[in-house]
Amino acid sequence: MTAPDAQAHLVIDDVSKVFDGDGRKMVALQHISLEIPHGQFVCLLGPSGCGKSTLLNAVAGFAPPTSGRVLADGVPVAGPGPERGMVFQEYALFPWMTVEQNVGFGLEIKGMPRAQIAARVADLLQLLSLEDFAKRYPKDLSGGMRQRVAIARVLALDSPILLMDEPFGALDALTRRNLQDELLRLWAELRKTVIFVTHSIEEAIYLADRIVVMTYRPGTIKRDILVELPRLRDPAAPEFNALKRELGLMVMEEQQRHHDAEIKAAAVD
Amino acid sequence: MAKRRWEDIAIGLVVPVVAIAVWQWVASMGWVNEHVLPSPLQVWRKWVAYLLPLQDFQAWHEASGGGRLAWMVSGELITDAIGSLYRVIVGFLVGAALALPVGLAMGASRVAHAWLNPLFQLLRPIPPIAYIPMSMLWFGLGNPPAFFLIALGAFFPVLMNTIAGVRQVDGIYLRAARNLGASGPTMFLRVILPAAVPYILTGMRIGIGTAFIVVIVAEMIAVNNGLGFRISEAREYFWSDKIIAGMITIGLLGLAIDVGMNKLNNYLLRWHRGLEH
Repeated sequence: MTAPDAQAHLVIDDVSKVFDGDGRKMVALQHISLEIPHGQFVCLLGPSGCGKSTLLNAVAGFAPPTSGRVLADGVPVAGPGPERGMVFQEYALFPWMTVEQNVGFGLEIKGMPRAQIAARVADLLQLLSLEDFAKRYPKDLSGGMRQRVAIARVLALDSPILLMDEPFGALDALTRRNLQDELLRLWAELRKTVIFVTHSIEEAIYLADRIVVMTYRPGTIKRDILVELPRLRDPAAPEFNALKRELGLMVMEEQQRHHDAEIKAAAVD
Repeated sequence: MAKRRWEDIAIGLVVPVVAIAVWQWVASMGWVNEHVLPSPLQVWRKWVAYLLPLQDFQAWHEASGGGRLAWMVSGELITDAIGSLYRVIVGFLVGAALALPVGLAMGASRVAHAWLNPLFQLLRPIPPIAYIPMSMLWFGLGNPPAFFLIALGAFFPVLMNTIAGVRQVDGIYLRAARNLGASGPTMFLRVILPAAVPYILTGMRIGIGTAFIVVIVAEMIAVNNGLGFRISEAREYFWSDKIIAGMITIGLLGLAIDVGMNKLNNYLLRWHRGLEH
């Protein structure tokens, strides 16, 4: 994975991020390099505080890295943009817009004619089984439905890269599995490059082509694993569970460091 | 549901009916001078007389040439209520129309806030009523000083809430909008402004409440019609029944304004969580 790849869709090149709070420096990311080919589904896995969301925000362009750079299709990322669509854990739907207005908003900004927007929005709502909710406001939808709308909203832009920040973290287990399957179906159909942040080991194995395990502060890459189990994966299969055990040990090691650091910080205060 | 509603109305009426009955009883016992406390019945009669046209239709028609509908609303109360309402609406619209853009600018821009905030913080604690003497020197008598005072009363609540509304916009909406490609005016008009609407509407409700207080005081001093003028005039003649009739009318008009604002609020915030509709 270290050899330069001209075909890489997304290149994270020696990215570091240092937060400077009350005179204390906190290294969130340290010399992270990743090359992600077109169409790969990558999961960033790790406990909270390992910098996986920070890395995603750097790729999205919300918070530029302190050093290093991110290249999308060979072009350095300078800020957020519709070619890297983001799905947030908190859904981030605009509550004053109906479902169809939310989904069409990005197209409106692009200046697409109204009739074309309406047609595209109708297709997307159908794709995500949201037709019956077109005129509803987000407050009237369940968490799962809201996240479907958020997915439709980024798909509307046809972004080649999808960034997902623990998108299913707030959902119950059944809705979560349901949306994971939906996401895999869409991904198989649309062949987007996906970076998906999660702290669920099972979710990572279920979804990813490749799992990048990150360490707790400073955030570095602990392991970079290709998942070669055939799709659609069975979470009860022995191979699935063997991988789950292996990853579990790695993640729990970092979780323990997180826990120890918290106790130490509390003792200092 | 319908049955429940009637039950609620019936329960709600008990306390007011008892209060009025006690009032009537106290007044009819002759313990207090009727100028100090007229009976509810007397107030009601006065209210009806105040509501009805002053002349009969024939005389009124010959004098003014108006039709029957115009005659029906020619009573003093209706003329006064329309006058007060008109002043509240014009004054409020002027105040809110000035406060809204200034508040949006101050909420969105640190520079605008730094320039304007000190002046507004100095002026804000001065009650609009304290401007009455100067407003009469500047604008004379009648509607102009009333518009000025009411606009002033509505200005600050709308301003402060608009600033707060713009500042509290959740960063997640801004990030999502930037991710979708929004910037500049689109960001402001389609994201920041609607996200601030709940605060702005709260400011408007407070503003129109202040405007309603100010209109009554302004009419007592600087205007010679309207509900405030009428109760102040009635005091000079010791018409306490008419004073109370006027007060009740003021209460009803205030209630009507509040219900109207509530309806507008519910319509504009139909997307908002936690609202019943």
